[in-house]
Amino acid sequence: MEPLLAVVAGILFAIAAYLLTRRSIVKMVIGLVVLGNAANLTLFTMGGLTRGASAIIPYPETAPVGDYANPLPQALVLTAIVIGFGMLAFALVLAYRSWQELDTLDPDGMRVAEPIATEEDK
Amino acid sequence: MMRSLILQTFTRLLVTLMLLFSLFLLWRGHNLPGGGFIGALVASAAFALHAIAFGVASARSILRYDPRTLMAWGMIFAGAAGLFGLAAGKPYMTGLWLEIHIGESLLKLGTPLIFDIGVFLTVIGMVVAVIFSLEEEEF
Amino acid sequence: MTMLLAVLSPFVLAFLAPALNRVLGDLTPWVLASLPALLFVFFAMMIGPIAEGEIMFATVSWVPSLGVDLAFMVDGLSVTFALLILGIGACVVLYAGGYLHGHPAIGRFFLSLLLFMGAMLGVVLADNLITLFIFWELTSFSSFLLIGFNHESQKSRDAAIQALVITGLGGLAMLGGLILMGRATGTWSISEILAAGDILRDHELYLPIFILVLCGAFTKSAQFPFHFWLPGAMQAPTPVSAYLHSATMVKAGVYLLARLNPALGGTDLWMMTLSIFGGITMLVGSIVSLMKTDMKLVLAGSTIMALGALVMLIGIGTDYALIAMGTFLVAHSLYKGALFMVAGSVDHEAGTREVPILGGLRKLMPITFAAAAIACLSMAGLPPFFGFIGKELIYEAVLGAEWLAALLVVLAVASSVMIFAVGGIVAVRPFFGPEHPDTPKHAHEAPLLMLVGPVLLAALSLVFGLLASPDGANLVDIYLLTPLATAIAGQPMETNLHLWHGFNLPLALTGVTIALGVLTYRTWDRTRAFWQALDPFIFAGCQKWFYEKPLAGLFAFADWLFRNIQSGNLRFYFMAIFGATMLGLAATIGVRMTPADFAFDMPDARFYEWMLCILIVVGALGAAQARNHLTAIITLGIMGYSIALLFVAFGAPDLAMTQFLVETLTVILVALVLIHLPQRVFSPRGISRARDLVLSGLFGAMMTLVMLAALRVDQDLFISEYYAANSVPKAYGTNIVNVILVDFRSVDTFGEIIVLAIAGIGVIAMLKYRARRDEDDDGTPAPPPDGEPATPPPDADADPPEGSAAAETTHPEDPRDPATDAARGEEDQADPSDAPTGEGDDATARVADAKGEDAVAESPDEQDEAEDGATAENTDAEMTADAEDPTGGTADNAPQDEPKATAKAEEAPATDDATGEEEKPS
Repeated sequence: MEPLLAVVAGILFAIAAYLLTRRSIVKMVIGLVVLGNAANLTLFTMGGLTRGASAIIPYPETAPVGDYANPLPQALVLTAIVIGFGMLAFALVLAYRSWQELDTLDPDGMRVAEPIATEEDK
Repeated sequence: MMRSLILQTFTRLLVTLMLLFSLFLLWRGHNLPGGGFIGALVASAAFALHAIAFGVASARSILRYDPRTLMAWGMIFAGAAGLFGLAAGKPYMTGLWLEIHIGESLLKLGTPLIFDIGVFLTVIGMVVAVIFSLEEEEF
Repeated sequence: MTMLLAVLSPFVLAFLAPALNRVLGDLTPWVLASLPALLFVFFAMMIGPIAEGEIMFATVSWVPSLGVDLAFMVDGLSVTFALLILGIGACVVLYAGGYLHGHPAIGRFFLSLLLFMGAMLGVVLADNLITLFIFWELTSFSSFLLIGFNHESQKSRDAAIQALVITGLGGLAMLGGLILMGRATGTWSISEILAAGDILRDHELYLPIFILVLCGAFTKSAQFPFHFWLPGAMQAPTPVSAYLHSATMVKAGVYLLARLNPALGGTDLWMMTLSIFGGITMLVGSIVSLMKTDMKLVLAGSTIMALGALVMLIGIGTDYALIAMGTFLVAHSLYKGALFMVAGSVDHEAGTREVPILGGLRKLMPITFAAAAIACLSMAGLPPFFGFIGKELIYEAVLGAEWLAALLVVLAVASSVMIFAVGGIVAVRPFFGPEHPDTPKHAHEAPLLMLVGPVLLAALSLVFGLLASPDGANLVDIYLLTPLATAIAGQPMETNLHLWHGFNLPLALTGVTIALGVLTYRTWDRTRAFWQALDPFIFAGCQKWFYEKPLAGLFAFADWLFRNIQSGNLRFYFMAIFGATMLGLAATIGVRMTPADFAFDMPDARFYEWMLCILIVVGALGAAQARNHLTAIITLGIMGYSIALLFVAFGAPDLAMTQFLVETLTVILVALVLIHLPQRVFSPRGISRARDLVLSGLFGAMMTLVMLAALRVDQDLFISEYYAANSVPKAYGTNIVNVILVDFRSVDTFGEIIVLAIAGIGVIAMLKYRARRDEDDDGTPAPPPDGEPATPPPDADADPPEGSAAAETTHPEDPRDPATDAARGEEDQADPSDAPTGEGDDATARVADAKGEDAVAESPDEQDEAEDGATAENTDAEMTADAEDPTGGTADNAPQDEPKATAKAEEAPATDDATGEEEKPS
């Protein structure tokens, strides 16, 4: 199963990379979402997959009985999902505000911070 | 905001249930799926739903506190939970537990619960702040 | 403990100095000087025990895990330096009080000066390599502040930066050397390293250690070819020159070499390098002093000469040489400190330091003259002054050198001749003869504060000379030179100084020196041009090739790098990141992996797992291809929920719940934002799109390969197992994931919620705290590209960039007004591909135009698809726009590219309710 998810994550990485190089902030934000999911999937897969068994100790045992899912990547991914949401919110609002202020969604058109480079590079 | 009677009726019921459920998730998180993050997301979804059905002003009033205040309190709770360990002469954030015997059952209260409440409040504050602010944007 | 307080007290006083100055006024110098004076007494009392062979230590543990201690040691070498630093320091504080009297920043000056004093004391007392380095860099730093004291002068700032760059880089090299030394010997303690015998000399790292330490010492002590920074540093106020650039800081390099002599010295390499570079520096320094006419620069040149001589003596390394080094060190500090202060006094009183326009000051400044005369006689090396003994010993040392004796003798005599002439230049020319008519001010005797220092130091030159006169063991031998030479040599030494050696070769050389010295002085005015002709070779040339050129090169390189890498193009950054990651991974895989290292197993997936994987990929592809926001939101949701189901399938209920909830909230969030944004976006076609496709495809493949390779590695699950085993016993929780989050790794989680809160605050800040657009937006943010043919419409300038259409509606100020909204929506979508008539929002139109070819070329094929799904809305939107625009703003007078504009006018399905509302007024 892990090799299959490795391929899936690879495809997601490719899609994310493609979207992040588009000339539209909206596409870039979508790319960011895909990238976050790809990374989460990678972490989760690399921790090893266990079908069905969760990382919860059945009452009244004091240690897991039999197979249990690796809890460590789960903990990492859980916070990563929530932080990914925070970042998405930030990126979306940034895109929205730059549309309001700069009247463009084209990252190549956003040269307020580095205007000189625009003149000289072109 | 959508002025839909069906939506509003269901929302009234659903929001209450979701908020109760979120507290339940927060409480049982230490032993079963749930916890501060998940509980907070459920609660945030409830407030977002309310904001869609009744408008942000109404949602803000049922939340009672400014989301920023919630974030601040959340971080204070989470940070302070670690101080108990420090006070007991152990490293920062060491969990301490209090065992209360009530008849047959054993109630265990620990600093990780305080920490989880901190997580809960911070995440609610953050998500709700973002969604409310965006809904208040001018169309 | 007392010693520790003693070392650290100057730092405390330093930061009190500005406040004290405000309270005490004119008394400040006296109060501040009392600390070095007190410390002087404190260290002087150690001389007795040290003379009996004792060494004092004081250690406070600092970073014990790294072996870094705040460790101090007092032996013969340290105490000599400490006494020089504190004694001359006290004099300089008093002198500065007079010299800078009434200067507005005198408090800051005292702060830097005391800071330097503490740092320098730390350097010479340190018994730990890292402590040494820290104080060493503190001296560079405080000297930067002192040289740049007149920070309003460009020259001052340049000189300060030059000194900092040279000594700072040298210090870094030295740090490397010290660390290697610590690694090689296994200890950071200097006293242990010194006691370790031949370990370093025989170590394979000897050469790098030697070179790196030498870089530090040579830059600090202004050895050729780094000597040029010292005359530059004369931009500092004179008290600083007297203190740092003659008596103390520049001697730190000499101190380092003397200190490490027992551990590093004695090899052929050490002897050759030090004596040759020292000898050259000696000669170069004396020539520099002859080609200058500013008293301070003349003295700076002679200081370089003295530093060269000291390094050369350490290099020669014979007993005689080390004793000569000790003697000359003390003698030089005394007379040079005095002479710098004299130069300052002359400048202060006569208004200039230019020797050619000074004269006859003898009668006007008799006490200063007396100090100058004594100091100069000592410098010129005449009996019975201490400098005479120093010079005689140098001659004896070079005559007895094991290497290159003949060359070194010639260098030593030539330098002494020139230094003799320098004595005349600074102590005879300005004071004898008639008063010069060009002298800017009529001089008076300097104030008391400025007399104490020079007189005291000059007098000591005489006293030391006289004390050393009697045959047999005299006070200077017992208490100063024997301990000093013992510490430098690392073994017990006996010294026996006398003023009178009888007639021997050194005395004969002294005779020659005096004769030629007088000649050089008498002909100075005529030969100066000759000396100055050497400038490009020995001074300006070094500065150019060892400082200015490399620095200019560095700046040019930085400029080039910045221009090329920091292009300001976000997509380029992304491509660079992905490309570099990919190349790095590809190189690693190509070099180190074989196909067997990858887990190319046929996946044992079940049917529903295959379906979920396919759904994930389809969702992501759909999001990438989405032509409108609703499609994007839906497809992203498909991807997210499928991943959540995957989490369910593989035993991660917490993750699944989180992912479900986050997906739901994401849909709300994305919907809330995207209804404000236009549907159409640019996308480069042709080569750039194909290139991006290939690049990202390769990137994805690379990530898959990395994961497959990682799957082949056996995992060590001990961390997970620890958590699983201790979750219930230690943390009273059965949900291990949650226990990790809130207990085992709670500090991480704490950090993560803080990040979340910051993101939330950022969002609030961006949305809630902003300047109102119509107030701050009178210009267009995007600069017009060159050769822009379009002229903005006359009315666009005055309007907010929402556009002219919005401004012309009936309720332009009401943000909730659906009419405004409709017009804006219409216009938003019309912008990107609008013809360059510039109607509507001019900024966007220009951007569109700048990218014109891409956008125009691409529109036709995209427009078809867009039209398919959106014809109905189109009509609505157009109708709305027409109805709301009776003045015929946007839609009417624009010579529109019809099909294109229609394509843009497609309404977002996500804005359905907005559209619905718009219809009502129409």
